[in-house]
Amino acid sequence: MADKMVRFIIERQDGPNEKPYNQEFDVPYRPALNVVASLMEIQKNPVTVDGKRVPPVVWECNCLEKVCGACMMVINGMARQACCALIDELKQPIHLQPARTFPVIRDLLIDRSVMFESLKKIQGWVEVDGSWEVKDAPIQNPYTAETAYEISHCMTCGCCLEACPNVGPQSDFIGPAPTVQAYLFNLHPLGKFDAPKRLNALMEKGGITSCGNSQNCVEVCPKSIKLTTYLAQLNRDVNKQALRNMFDK
Amino acid sequence: MAAKPENKIIVVGGGLSGLMATMKICEGGGKVDLFSYCPVKRSHSLCAQGGINACMDTKGEHDSIYEHFDDTVYGGDFLADQIAVKGMVEAAPKLIKMFDRMGVPFTRTPEGVLDLRNFGGQKNKRTCFAGSTTGQQLLYALDEQVRRLEVKGKVQKYEFWEFIKVIKNKEGAVRGIVAQNMNTNEIVAFPGEVVILATGGPGQVFGRCTASTICNGSAVTAVYKQGAHIGNPEFIQIHPTAIPGSDKNRLMSEACRGEGGRVWVYKDGKPWYFLEEMYPAYGNLVPRDVASRAIYKVCVHMGLGINGENRVYLDLSHIPADYLEHKLGGILEMYSEFVGDDPRKVPMEIFPSVHYSMGGIWVDRLHHTNIPGLMASGECDYQYHGANRLGANSLLSATYSGTVSGPEALRLARSGELGPMLTQEELDAARQECVEEFDKIRAMDGEENAHRLHQELGELMYKYVAIERDNNGLDQCLKELKGILKRWDNIGVTDHGTVANQEAMFVRQLRNMILYAMVVTKAARMRDESRGAHAKIKLDANGKQMKDADGELVFMGRDDEHFMRTTIVDYDPATEEPQVSYMEFDHSLIKPRARNYAVAKKE
Ligand SMILES: Cc1cc2nc3c(=O)[nH]c(=O)nc-3n(C[C@H](O)[C@H](O)[C@H](O)COP(=O)(O)OP(=O)(O)OC[C@H]3O[C@@H](n4cnc5c(N)ncnc54)[C@H](O)[C@@H]3O)c2cc1C
Ligand code: SF4
Ligand code: SF4
Ligand code: FES
Repeated sequence: MADKMVRFIIERQDGPNEKPYNQEFDVPYRPALNVVASLMEIQKNPVTVDGKRVPPVVWECNCLEKVCGACMMVINGMARQACCALIDELKQPIHLQPARTFPVIRDLLIDRSVMFESLKKIQGWVEVDGSWEVKDAPIQNPYTAETAYEISHCMTCGCCLEACPNVGPQSDFIGPAPTVQAYLFNLHPLGKFDAPKRLNALMEKGGITSCGNSQNCVEVCPKSIKLTTYLAQLNRDVNKQALRNMFDK
Repeated sequence: MAAKPENKIIVVGGGLSGLMATMKICEGGGKVDLFSYCPVKRSHSLCAQGGINACMDTKGEHDSIYEHFDDTVYGGDFLADQIAVKGMVEAAPKLIKMFDRMGVPFTRTPEGVLDLRNFGGQKNKRTCFAGSTTGQQLLYALDEQVRRLEVKGKVQKYEFWEFIKVIKNKEGAVRGIVAQNMNTNEIVAFPGEVVILATGGPGQVFGRCTASTICNGSAVTAVYKQGAHIGNPEFIQIHPTAIPGSDKNRLMSEACRGEGGRVWVYKDGKPWYFLEEMYPAYGNLVPRDVASRAIYKVCVHMGLGINGENRVYLDLSHIPADYLEHKLGGILEMYSEFVGDDPRKVPMEIFPSVHYSMGGIWVDRLHHTNIPGLMASGECDYQYHGANRLGANSLLSATYSGTVSGPEALRLARSGELGPMLTQEELDAARQECVEEFDKIRAMDGEENAHRLHQELGELMYKYVAIERDNNGLDQCLKELKGILKRWDNIGVTDHGTVANQEAMFVRQLRNMILYAMVVTKAARMRDESRGAHAKIKLDANGKQMKDADGELVFMGRDDEHFMRTTIVDYDPATEEPQVSYMEFDHSLIKPRARNYAVAKKE
């Protein structure tokens, strides 16, 4: 009996400036198979359904357990992590495409450095004096710490940027993930000291005013971070900061 | 020509260890070129779930740094350098405070201080944690601080760059590296005053493991081929509780047992909590090597695995759901997501998996390798864990070792001990060699597929060099590994290009993985005793595995007289074979005693 096969239609691209094209592959089905495991099967036997030997598909992954953020791609039209996309839950044939909000390097491999750059803009860190021993760390409200824990799960995967209608060549919007990270650092007892700087950064071009509140981001976040809730709170904080700035002038 | 760098240190690896070293170097006035396969924020350290050990003693248990010290040495079956371990456990509470100031969202008690949990091989609550994503949270804190240093111009990141090898000056000191841009495939030689490797573990040598796909140990083999000693490589930790998978064995943290999870199988129709029965003093919280051997025995030798397969239950279903959510949320979600069952309601099905390497590049207590100018820290070094690592001690050792290697690298750079920097000719020559090697690989047109060969390598290592070992199997394994190495020459690639040619880069890594497999196997073959994770079955006169009157396998005992020594493996360039010797180490502080988790530990 022939093994059950899973059909993949993969949008490939040989380099940053090359034209995209589709290729189709069949992968033997097995229970609990996911998209990354399927791409690994293609590596072991890089032959298309037409029997053509081709270079294996290129993509990025590390952890295979939805925590590193690397394997984001567009699967059946939706931005998500490939390592936890179970075949059993996907409509076949399965379409894989690179997340074109970001420059494509090759096949499904994309360049997300812009997200890491944005973390610099919002000062995504606590301004500690140094790594040496200073004193005891401040006590923290356990409830606030729990909110921080939720936001601190953001793995810079970029699903939310890919889904956001306002991120793209038409705007400078840094996108939901880096914006919400500002909220995280503003919660910390020491991080708070620099809250005005972060809020001011979000007032600039590409900041929070570019968010049109369309809610797409929160729906795709694989870490279930309540992005729109924190965007709304940040929006209020930014407005307050703007008032404060006027009085301080 | 490039200007002479000002105290520029090259750090390869941006996990906890590499980032910690980077921070320390910058704080000391140096600059860092930081290399990593991936954006450092995606480094493997973020997979760590359970926690990080430090004696915080906030649970009224009178925990002490000495107790942490003794647990670590005892857990490591007396093969860890005791002076080094002492330094680590003493620094631990300070490092936790540092992380706390940096904003790590540790799980807290109602009073707002850090909560602590139980972990294997320790009787006291000593493990600080951030839910079940401790590694992710710790890594992010250091990633943020290093980004801040990047903005200040102290750090230059080379992400998506693969380290290929080090470059030595005429005096034999390391003063640079060759690396390749993984996207453009450009190969470049970089000068640096000192080089620190912080490249993590070699899990991929076993194919399926709990580690990330980038944990291939390739960098370690590269420097082994260039003369670095490898220490104690035979000690590979097999974690008792992972979800078996064809792409990856996903870890179910020891925290599950720390929070009350129980391991069992059906025996005579009734649940049998075999760890609790075999090891009454520690029960489900015996160290990993002990738990893994017990599960293996119950499944493989007694045939009691679930439905006759190699699986046992890890059960949390008796614990209140909201408590589980608070303490273990992330990993329970992972189990549901990848397996489809809800561990809050039904027991999970797990089996042991390769997880961590106690061994690695040999270093002294300041993290110098035996090659001047080359240092190593983090999981890629062999320090701190002896023959078995305690859970939650490696986030600690990764971080702590970075606090040692960083400042020491800077001191060395300033000391003038290493002789001249590399000349342009030396840089060019080293680069050229790597270019030629890569071009050769791109052109390979044999019959073998590299990924299938990798799978075979992993299966071979699991078969002979995992939970139970014997000398016949190890000899056989070495023979077969040589066959695999030969077959590597006959690989064919389908990708001949130079844009993100992942296939060719993998072929280069694979050769290093095969060589490292030989290192592990040879070291295991030569160590004729059982100690920690290395358990060797005795053979009878006919070469069969020995069994006692009850039909139980007979293992070799621990042999302190001959083997309380560090294994040192060196590369023989003529034969490519590993050469094994032994080195004394410091065990002057705690006298060795038998390790027995059936009874409470005695000091
Ligand atoms: C699933 C899992 C759970 C764990 N849970 C715990 C836990 O709860 N508690 C605990 O204490 N420990 C735990 N550990 C162990 C711990 O996570 C690791 O030992 C530790 O994080 C290693 O840190 P590191 O800095 O040495 O290396 P890593 O974090 O592995 O970083 C290695 C770095 O080196 C880079 N690199 C590697 N090779 C190259 C190359 N050739 N060229 C360029 N860059 C390279 C990588 O890109 C990466 O940046 C766990 C491990 C696993 C697998
Ligand atoms: S709510 Fe804002 S950030 Fe989220 S998708 Fe909509 S526009 Fe983008
Ligand atoms: S907020 Fe969510 S979707 Fe956006 S980058 Fe972070 S983890 Fe990904
Ligand atoms: S590989 Fe890390 S999130 Fe998928």
